This record gives sequence, structure tokens and C-alpha cells, in this order.
Amino acid sequence: MIQENKTTALRRALAIGATALALGGGAAQARDLTIVSFGGTFQDAQRELFFKPFAEKLGKPVLDEAWDGGYGVLQSKVKAGQPNWDVVQVEAEELALGCADGIFEKLDWEKLGGQDSFIPGSTSECGAGHIVWSVAIAYDGNKLTDQQPQSWADFWDVEKFPGKRGMRKTAKYALEAALMADGVPSDQVYEMLATPEGVDRAFAKLDELRPNLVWWEAGAQPLSMLQTGDVAMSTVYNGRITGLNRTEGTNMKLVWNQSIYAVDSWVILAGAENKDAGQDFIAFASAPENLSKLPAQIAYGLPVIAAAAMVPAEFAADLPTNPDNLAVSLNLDVDYWVDNSEELTKRFNAWVAQ
Amino acid sequence: MIKAAPMRALLLLGPLLVFLGLFFVWPLVTVIAQSVSDPSVSRVLNRTAAAIDGWDGTGVPSAEVQAAFRADVVANTDDMAMGDVTRRLNATKSGFRSLMGKTVSAVKEDPDIDLARIDDRWTDTAYWQAIQDNASPYTDAFLLAALDLERDKSGNIAAMPEGTSANATILLRTLWTAGVVTFCCLVIGLPYAMIAASVQGWKRSVLLGAVLLPLWTSLLVRTAAWMIILQDNGIINQALMGLGVISQPLALIYNRFGVVLAMTHVLLPFMVLPIYSVLLTVPGNLMNAAASLGAHPVRAFLRVLLPLSFRGVVSGTLLVFMAAIGYYITPALLGGASDQMLSSVIAFYATGSANWSMAAALGLILLVLTLILYAVYNRLSRDPVEAR
Repeated sequence: MIQENKTTALRRALAIGATALALGGGAAQARDLTIVSFGGTFQDAQRELFFKPFAEKLGKPVLDEAWDGGYGVLQSKVKAGQPNWDVVQVEAEELALGCADGIFEKLDWEKLGGQDSFIPGSTSECGAGHIVWSVAIAYDGNKLTDQQPQSWADFWDVEKFPGKRGMRKTAKYALEAALMADGVPSDQVYEMLATPEGVDRAFAKLDELRPNLVWWEAGAQPLSMLQTGDVAMSTVYNGRITGLNRTEGTNMKLVWNQSIYAVDSWVILAGAENKDAGQDFIAFASAPENLSKLPAQIAYGLPVIAAAAMVPAEFAADLPTNPDNLAVSLNLDVDYWVDNSEELTKRFNAWVAQ
Repeated sequence: MIKAAPMRALLLLGPLLVFLGLFFVWPLVTVIAQSVSDPSVSRVLNRTAAAIDGWDGTGVPSAEVQAAFRADVVANTDDMAMGDVTRRLNATKSGFRSLMGKTVSAVKEDPDIDLARIDDRWTDTAYWQAIQDNASPYTDAFLLAALDLERDKSGNIAAMPEGTSANATILLRTLWTAGVVTFCCLVIGLPYAMIAASVQGWKRSVLLGAVLLPLWTSLLVRTAAWMIILQDNGIINQALMGLGVISQPLALIYNRFGVVLAMTHVLLPFMVLPIYSVLLTVPGNLMNAAASLGAHPVRAFLRVLLPLSFRGVVSGTLLVFMAAIGYYITPALLGGASDQMLSSVIAFYATGSANWSMAAALGLILLVLTLILYAVYNRLSRDPVEAR
């Protein structure tokens, strides 16, 4: 009898332990709408303009988290079932991969005003374009006063512009820049990269600049390198430079010529608990009267045509979507990188590690 | 009734066994299995996998194989499973991603369409070769690739072309960095532990506290603190420049120096504590006895104290080394592009390209290294004094 009691007590203890474990796993109660973006000052702006007003409209809290990209992160969340994120801002490659793999919900385009209300190339079955952003050359206008760089060829020219160069540590952007510096016209860059000789040529050009290169990974790094003068020029995300000039009164200049632009989109993870609210959020954030406020905070272009038209002229000039800027820039070829990212990243990392 | 006692004992062990099974054995088995197998292609393209087995690898496979492939595509209803197939094939042959996207939608529309008409890449032997290479659910390709090796056309193991992969370089770098960190920890930690063991009272408390206190602080916080101290306009550079010792800031961060310095600091407790605990068991009068027998202090140290602390040194060295080879965050924050260790490559495959098999294979290599070291540790940590 006593023994039986002991066994029961032990069983009960085990059951309590198991329950505690399950609760710790956090699968128990309904989760609030969770929106994930890329963090930093950009997400601060998004929180004020979109997350907080939408929470008021919804009458429920909206959670926001930050991530650094990476398809594996999204894939593992969806595959594990019950993802703990609902709406995620993704780059064009992740959108293409995830939409083909079915890890994103199909969007209800009726609610979003139809794909025609967006600029071409910024919509798909699973994603609605949110911003258009560029990777471009930046320099300190107060330090390079005699002559200013105009192109990737100048970026490579360390005799004309002495000093180190900052560059994003990815094959994407580095290879395109190298080919343009080597004299390949921007409309032939991806044709060239599609051949093994083109890739070799890009790496050979990168070799030339290697002694002067400083790599960065997080978007805030090149800003401080430019401010301290550690580098004479660096590739940057365009919005951060404009933001820095506005907040800290610096005189950083962007070279729009040969800059490379891409679209970030909102997606909803497949099986997300709050997918309906997520759909409503995307509609809210894409509404022209809301989205058009973004460029005043951070200089990213808007893929919603009506929203772009409402941006005041003083801000519109700094956007990648400004026709003058667009005319001289290169559209990132998503298909190319979806096909070649793994192989070229492996080779690029091997090259960097030499 | 007799069996009840062992049963109860087993029940008491239950939570431990469940814990070990759930958080240790199962993940380990999964990782090992993942590194040598990827059943995605053989499962989704099962007809193709069976049919392509007999293909001799020249030209393009026969019409039957192509028909089997189309049948597999039509039969598949799971987009995510097809995504895994595409990812695996694209990792072998770049270009599969866009090719499969096109092909799947075209074949679903017209199940009898000629593949070459969808895209002329289907007339390229290399793409079919990739399917054949991945048709078996078991493969050593990931483990080989983790060491920059591959199988050539005739199936022999050969080195990958120069400059295409740097895993071996990074593995050697990982071992080298861990070795340097271990050496630094030993050089600082051994005398430190000896001093701590030889003093008494508040002095000992202060010395031990200085080692333990950082251990209670998060790794990330300690690494971030080093960033603040070492950067170009950080405390060290500003102080030295203020004193006029240097005119340009020293490069203390984003290089190997910063990584080794911070890792040594973070891992030092794991060297000091084992040595200290061994030294505590050494009778304090041994050194006096050696001196009374006429030994010079240096000789007494070398012949008495050092051999007695050997077990602690071995424990500390292996603990530090094993912890160091898996470091990720410290090299990522304080190192440059050529200071990254193997964990960063694993992170790229896991979170960046969702190539879990490759991540598992690299992880397995770290695991095997650690196990070998553990075996060495087991041998060396047997009491050397008793054995004599």
C-alpha cells in the first residue's frame, strides 16, 4: 500500500514535471500578432508608423522582433510546425525560395488592392513589396573634397582616392561591383556572371582590391567606419546614410551611379496562428496614407505607386525609386542569386579566408 | 514483488533517462544521420531514382527515365518536399532552382511535355548527373565536402579544385586558434592557480573571486566589453594616444589578437579551477620537505609541485581546448574575415542556406575531434603518481 502510494506520488511528480516542460515550451496560450523586421533605426520607424497604429486599430497588442535574414531560420520554423512568427519582412531571394517551397501563405491580393497598385516586380503570390533599397558607394563629403568618386572604377582606384574600402562580406553585391569596376556595362553584368569566365573575372578584380578591403556584415558598421575615417569609401545601405546625415549632421554622399537595388517584401509564414491579422497588417502597412510617411524617417523607396506619389519632393530625391537614381542603377537579379548563391558563397568564403 | 525494487530504482532514474534521451541522444543521432543521409530525392523522385540507376552517365537518360521523372513531378503534392529536392540538387549543380521552378509548373500543366522543350538545360548531362548522384538516400558527399574532398567521375576520393572551398583551412585555423588560446590560458592560469592555492584567508577569496566573477557574467556581455575596450577609439587606444605613446590607434580588434585575448579571458576560469582544486590536495609541507633535503626552490618546484599539479593541468588544458574549438560569438564580434572558426561555417549552412546535411557533417567533425580529445583526456587524467 505504502509502495503504491510512493509510485503514485512519483507518477504525479513526473506528470507535473512534464506539464511544466510543456508550458515552458510556450505552446499553451494564444500568441499576439508577431511581426519581424530587420531591426535598428529602420524597425524603430516601422514601429511608430505601422506596428503601434495597427495595434490600436486591432485593439490587441502587436509584438515585434528583429532578425538578420537567412532562409534556414524561416524554413526550420515552418517545418517544426506552429511558427512563432506571423509576418516577416524578407529579402527578394528568401521570398522566391520560400514561395516555391510553400513555406509562406498565399496572399489575398483583393485585400491589398490588387497587384497592379504596386510597381512591376514587387509583388508575387506570397509577398507584397514593402521597400525598395539600394547598396551604393558612400563617402564623407567633408573628407573627399577635391574630387569625388563616380563609379565602381573609382572605388577600385586607390591611387586617385587613397584609403581603405569597406564592402559587405557577401558574394552578392561584391561580384557585381567587381565586374562593373572592370568595365562591364551594368546591363551585361548578369550575362557575364552566368559564365565561369565571368565569375573568374570578378574574383580576379576583387584580388586587386584585396589589400585595401575592410569587410562589414551589419548595416551600422560602414557608417562608423566612414565617420572615423577608417575607410575612404564603403558600400552602404542607402537609407542608413541619409538617416545619419539627418540625425548627426554629417555630410555623407551617395553615388547613385551603378548602385544595386532590390525589393524587400512582407510575407506570412505558412500555418501562422495570426495569418488573418497578418494579412490585415500587410494591407494596413501598404495603404498609401500610411506607407507614404516612411521616407520622411528613412530613405527607402516605396513599391506602392500611390504611396510613392504622396512622398514630399524633399524626401523623394533621396530614394532609390527617384527616376534619376533608378535610371543609373542595376536591378539585383534574384533568379541568378537563387540559383548560384550557395556555390558562389562557398567560393567567396574560401577566397576571403585565404 | 521481488522485481519491484529494481523497477522503482529505474523509475527514479526515469527523469534522468528521459532528459538524456531527449536532449542528448536523440539530437546526436539525428545530426549523425543527417550528415550521411538525405532521403529527399529518393522519396519524392522515387520512380526517377529507380530508373536512373542504370544510366551510364553519358548524354541524356532514356525516354523511360524522363517519363518517370515527369510522373514523379505530377504525383508530388508536397511543395515543401519538392523544395528540399530542389535545394539538394541545386547544391550539387547550380541552376537547378530556376530549372525546377519552370519544369514543375510546365509538367503539371502538360504531363507529357518534352523536357528539352521546357528548358535546354535538360539536354545537359550535368543536370541529370546531379539527380543520379543524389538518388541514393545515403551519401558520404557531405562528410567529404566538409573536408574539401569530393568523389570524381570514377568514384575515387579527390581534393576539390583549388579556391572553391575553405573548410580544411578553417578547420586548421580553428584548431590553431584553440591551441593558442589554451597555451595562453595555461601560461596565465598555472601560476595563478598556484598562488591562489598557496595563500590563505581574504587573499585567496579575492583571487578566486576574480576568476569566478567573470564566470557569472554572460559570454556576450564579456565579449561586448572587450569590443568597447579594444576598438580604435576605445579605452586602451585613447589612453596610449593621450599619453603620447602612439599617434595612430593600434589595431587591437577585428584581428586574431582580439579573438585570442578575449577567448583567453573568457576561458581562463576553466584552466584555473581544475589546477587549483588539484593543488589543494597537495600537502603544504611537501615543498618544505624538498627544501630540507637540499633542493633548490626551482628544482623543488619542477620535481615536486609541477608533477603533482599535472592532472589539473591536463584537465584544464582539455577543458579549455574543447570549449574553444566550438567558439562562435567571440570570433564573430572581435575577429576579422580571416579569423572566423568552423562554427561560423556551420551557422552559414544551417541558417543561411538551409543545407542541414552540410551543417551536420561539419558539426560531426567537431564532435569527433572532441571525442578524440576526451579519450586522450581519459588516458592522461589517470593518476600519474599512483601509476608509478
